[in-house]
Amino acid sequence: MAIIIDQSKRVLVQGITGREGRARTTLMREYGTNVVAGCTPGKGGGKVEGVPVLDTVAEAIQAVGHVDISVVFVPGRRVETAAVEAIEAGVKLLVLVPDRVPVWDTMRIAAAAREHGAAFVGPNTLGVLSPGRAVVGMIGGRAVSAQQWFNEPIPRQTVGVVSRSGGMTSSLGYYLSRAGVGLSTLVHVGGDSVVGLPIPDVAEMFQHDPETDAIVLFGEIGGTQEERLAELIRTGRITKPVIAYIGGAAATEGTRFSHAGAIIEHGRGTHAAKVQALRDAGAAVVDDFGLLPQTTLDILANRSAPAARSSSAR
Amino acid sequence: MARLHEYQSKALLAQHGVAVPEGGPASSAAEAAQLAARLGGPVVIKAQAWVTNRAATGGVQFAQNPRQAEARASEILQMRFGNFAVTEVLVERMLDIHNELFVSVTIDDAAQAPVVLLDLHGGSGIEGRAESVQRLPVDTRRGVDAQALRTVLGTSAIDAGLHDDVASAIEAVVDIARRYDARSLEINPLAITNDGNVVAADCRMTIDDYAVFRHPQLPIEIARELDHPATQLERIAYQVEQADHRGTFYFAQLPTGGVEGSRGLIGFHGAGGGGSMMSMDAIARLGFTPANFCDTSGNPSAAKVYRAARIILAQRGLVGYFGSGSGVASQEQYHSAYGLAKAFWEMNLSIPAVIRLGGNGEDRAVDILHGVCRDADSISAPVEGYKKDDTPAFIAQRFAQLVDEAAGRVWTPQPRRVPAFVDRAYHFPIHHGTVWIDHEHCDPATTTFVVEHSGGLLTQRSNLPVLAVSEQSVAGMDSELVALEVQCRLARRPVVFVDLPIEGLDNDAVV
Repeated sequence: MAIIIDQSKRVLVQGITGREGRARTTLMREYGTNVVAGCTPGKGGGKVEGVPVLDTVAEAIQAVGHVDISVVFVPGRRVETAAVEAIEAGVKLLVLVPDRVPVWDTMRIAAAAREHGAAFVGPNTLGVLSPGRAVVGMIGGRAVSAQQWFNEPIPRQTVGVVSRSGGMTSSLGYYLSRAGVGLSTLVHVGGDSVVGLPIPDVAEMFQHDPETDAIVLFGEIGGTQEERLAELIRTGRITKPVIAYIGGAAATEGTRFSHAGAIIEHGRGTHAAKVQALRDAGAAVVDDFGLLPQTTLDILANRSAPAARSSSAR
Repeated sequence: MARLHEYQSKALLAQHGVAVPEGGPASSAAEAAQLAARLGGPVVIKAQAWVTNRAATGGVQFAQNPRQAEARASEILQMRFGNFAVTEVLVERMLDIHNELFVSVTIDDAAQAPVVLLDLHGGSGIEGRAESVQRLPVDTRRGVDAQALRTVLGTSAIDAGLHDDVASAIEAVVDIARRYDARSLEINPLAITNDGNVVAADCRMTIDDYAVFRHPQLPIEIARELDHPATQLERIAYQVEQADHRGTFYFAQLPTGGVEGSRGLIGFHGAGGGGSMMSMDAIARLGFTPANFCDTSGNPSAAKVYRAARIILAQRGLVGYFGSGSGVASQEQYHSAYGLAKAFWEMNLSIPAVIRLGGNGEDRAVDILHGVCRDADSISAPVEGYKKDDTPAFIAQRFAQLVDEAAGRVWTPQPRRVPAFVDRAYHFPIHHGTVWIDHEHCDPATTTFVVEHSGGLLTQRSNLPVLAVSEQSVAGMDSELVALEVQCRLARRPVVFVDLPIEGLDNDAVV
């Protein structure tokens, strides 16, 4: 098992004829993703990397049948139009890769998703990757790198990775793999202040994934995602171990640190408050990023009775 | 900065049907006196600064006549709030307030929707307010929930005859937030005057950085949230980013007040938002003070990385240059290496630099950086490149060691090094720059080398390298040309130079 993406999912690429769409289609196919179609308005008819290109999402579904996931590679200011088109055509899960999406656009996408029972990862996400299975987005950059960098799941030694930073998603996956940890799925929730599938939601998916033994988190200053995860741990909805690093100890209030979501406003979302909330709830929070792999190994080793664990997880 | 001053946001309120007090901005005491005279009667004078609690710190004062207004304005115009010096005051007719309400439209990241925070019980301190604040859901298309708003009004002590006016003011505020892509829009207070008018007595508004492009009419100079007025370097960096949207380039200067007790100021160059923050934390843990935060990521061009490095090195007093991001980048790392190698050579770097270039293409990236920087006649400082298996903590230690060995050497910005053949050699234009090729020193072997490493952009004519494609198709190939320049330098055939000027940095005095 894995969460969100595996080789059985039928994937559509919106913006497939653009520079990024084309390059990432190659990566996804080479890694094992079942890319069934692409679309770009006005460019229907041809093929990209052997994948049929249609004008619209609805036409693509008509041509190739059911689509599980649409991954979007269009400029930030056109993401709302593309996402709403896919949601209205019946796609239930979207991965919105582009950055610079205005936050009101994201909120309108969220409203459309709620109306149609759909969900989305991002915006401003590097994507989701289940090692040895499939990737949506651009984690790894090249299929051969992704194959070398990320371990497949290992019995009783497998973690799910969730991160607010794209680069740190790969980084965590790599360092954990090098330490001998297996990976179920890597999820970059996106760097923006409003994201479709935030950390607490992803953590709940990992909680219900039988293959995932623990959850490793890269959090950041700003927003409430880490605090809401702490609340889920505190109330017993997350019982699998959580090992975390929170970036931004040296950050100052009122300045945005690159990611739109990484800003301390009115004293809320500070590094200290997030670390405290997670520690109080029982998560392991490391101060030095380099300690994450060993801490994860130690915690996995201490959970020696797998039978007891799986019953307590329910 | 994507924040609006009170008087700027009040102009938007007035334009869209929310009443505001009569008045206007003044940037001198004399101007304030004139405004007070025109308004007649008592006025309020308010510092235009992005801080909370202006009233408690003397930033809001009252005057009975123009002479008093002049004196009060003069005092306020000499004040500072945090990092912001006051350059303007707002002079308004004093309101005769009966009741004060609190209205705020903000973004609820958990609900993925806007929310209205509403307090109809008055009072100016936010502390006692927490319990009486109501949260009203907002639909991105339909606005605030009208039913919920009526219910809240119905339970308040506000005169029923005013409910329609209060409701329409709140609805208008929500509509303005949506129309202008506000991240937050706060009216504190929304005043009910003794003669029964509903007036926005104060207003704070922040526009979403990513939506500023939709609102060219707004007085936003740089779409960045910072805790200080944008510095000259931040403005320069912002212009560089606006001119080239290939990948992210984010640059902000940081407070360096505590530098006396630290191991020194460093130029910080990250890659990826999270990796940059993590790396900045790693270097700060060793006692260094980052002079700036910088992130070049998302597959940036070599030219963009080059310009970022130049901007970082326009800062005075650095003891070293520390570059590190996530360390396992999906993007090819050699573009960054070419950009850095070019910048370090032009700047004749004399302070240690440690750069972690982990990720795809890392071997090639580190070879490029070491090749250029270890050339004896190139630069004098130690420059070390690292890969994904080198942890941030390890390279931070290594950086500290190199800084110690440099024994107190400190960076002074200087004009860039430009080869002598520039301005007289063969050349052609590219976006925001010019490519120069020194034909005088192109022996046949050099010409062959240059053409072979140009990726098809150059061809051989009369034994000299010249442009093979149209000027239009070469214009956006700056990364390839920067790579060519660096490869020529590595091969000891330095006949190519890509001139990539930075507006405000290369013509004016160093910042």
